[in-house]
Amino acid sequence: MHPETRTRRRNERLFRLLCLGCLLLPLLMLAWLLGDLVIKALPRLHMDFLSGFPSRRAAEAGILPGMVGSLYLILLTISLAMPVGVGAAIYLEEFGRRSRAAQLIEVNIANLAGVPSIIYGLLGLEIFVRVLGLGRSLLAGAATLALLVLPVIIMATREALRTVPDSLREAAVGLGATPWQVVRQVVLPQAVPGIMTGCILAVSRAIGETAPLVVIGALTFITFLPDGVLAPFTALPIQIFNWISRPQAAFAHNAAAGIVVLMGTLLLLNATAIYLRERMERMQKGAH
Amino acid sequence: MSETTLSPAAVAEPAAGAAGTGRKPAPRRAVRATPLGERFVAAFLFACGALSIFTTLGILGVLGYETAAFFSEVSIVDFLGDTEWTPLFAEKRFGIWALVSGTVLTSLIAMAVALPFGLLSAVYLSELAPSRARRILKPLMELLAGVPTIVYGFFALTVVTPLLQAVIPDLAGFNALGAGIVMGVMIIPMIASLSEDAIHAVPRALREAAWGLGASSLSTIFGVVLPAARSGIAAATTLAISRAIGETMIVAIAAGQQPRFTFDPRVPVETMTAYIVQISMGDVPTGTLEFRTIFAVGAALFLLTFVMNVFAQRLARKYRRLG
Repeated sequence: MHPETRTRRRNERLFRLLCLGCLLLPLLMLAWLLGDLVIKALPRLHMDFLSGFPSRRAAEAGILPGMVGSLYLILLTISLAMPVGVGAAIYLEEFGRRSRAAQLIEVNIANLAGVPSIIYGLLGLEIFVRVLGLGRSLLAGAATLALLVLPVIIMATREALRTVPDSLREAAVGLGATPWQVVRQVVLPQAVPGIMTGCILAVSRAIGETAPLVVIGALTFITFLPDGVLAPFTALPIQIFNWISRPQAAFAHNAAAGIVVLMGTLLLLNATAIYLRERMERMQKGAH
Repeated sequence: MSETTLSPAAVAEPAAGAAGTGRKPAPRRAVRATPLGERFVAAFLFACGALSIFTTLGILGVLGYETAAFFSEVSIVDFLGDTEWTPLFAEKRFGIWALVSGTVLTSLIAMAVALPFGLLSAVYLSELAPSRARRILKPLMELLAGVPTIVYGFFALTVVTPLLQAVIPDLAGFNALGAGIVMGVMIIPMIASLSEDAIHAVPRALREAAWGLGASSLSTIFGVVLPAARSGIAAATTLAISRAIGETMIVAIAAGQQPRFTFDPRVPVETMTAYIVQISMGDVPTGTLEFRTIFAVGAALFLLTFVMNVFAQRLARKYRRLG
């Protein structure tokens, strides 16, 4: 082999290794992070932790109000964000296509997707907590998170709507269906898996969001469960943040245990989203 | 449900056509008036879309209103000219640069980590990886992107900083370095995925031309592919910077709460976002000047990220034209 070719081959191999290393290093860090978390969490991961209330003594503190709060918060958030997000996506893809208003909305959504989440917290604090008088309640938190995840749902739904072939729409129109009938009975059923994936992604984004909830004033120490949408609340990430902020080492174990619960939930959600996406891709391949 | 959405007219029409005498029906040009329900639905869908406009107006209104109230008490010259930020002290100073420097410092450290790692990851995924490796590695990267930032913050505080302290003895417990590095790791998937899209958009013909001229795969990547994808990569970088500037929990947990005008990565600093968190966690009464500072800081933060995002969109449009 020509010596120049040999150095070239060697350089290419080295570069390939370097790139692979760059990709693997953050993944190894993730693995390390997870391992470290589990080790720190182990002494605190038992049923009392899941069913207990916060306490000034680290060993007795539990995460129940955080979990219940997060559950309510997510249910409220998604029931606010899903209809509006899917509606906006239908408007952009099926009704207002290429109109001036649709273009404006499109640019606007792209910009909103880049607004830091803490700014949404300021918006929620002023509008929902103060002007609309919801107080530092579950509903105010959910409304804030709903605005935050709206771009995620809109983008995923639009993606799903775009995969529905035009021939189906044309066939429906040819049968005399009105625009809404086309959407309701032909397009939407086809797009359901994609919309579900988008909603799961939105939920997994909302469930880990801490900053906007801190700003609108979720409580960090709560010894009761919320009894309505206007009740004060705490959430899983808020509780974790509170434990992280304490100087005593014992609370770090609580924080780690809380994070393990949070990450476990997220993993479950993401696995569902990936499963749905694979199924959708298989279905599309089957259709063509 | 489906029965109720079918209007009688739509059901009746095909039936009427079928019951015809066999002659072709005369072409009808006039379309019947849109039913009321139909118009209601269209209006609702439009309202859903328009809500995003109101969100933007809400953000601008809230930040504008509270910031105006803030500047009626604090001179903008002090805000932009001072380098001390002490709104909670007896002697109040409102120099935003003390917070901006914390934000810029942590973001710079994050980008120094994220840019090389993210870009080379993108090159690997799009140009070098066998398709099997790609199928495994891409979802793993997405997993990395899905980790909540509070988890990264915990990692920065309890693992990365102690590790760095072993190498740099005078590193404080809260510092810009550890927070910045972990923030960089958080941003790697974003740069990797956006840059990969940009690299993917480079026409294959360009690569083939380079190979045809005898270029090695290395010189094809560095001489042809990356230069062709540069505006897309620049867009990815800009978006990543904007993300770093707006990132909150990592820096609130691990970088400290001491606003100071410094570029020393070893000492505690405070970012704009961390300041908003600090005030929100405290017991500052609403409606006071101290409370309004978070909106003024929020407005500065919004402005900064907005400019970045618009710039990134410009760049992205450029590379789409090229593809």
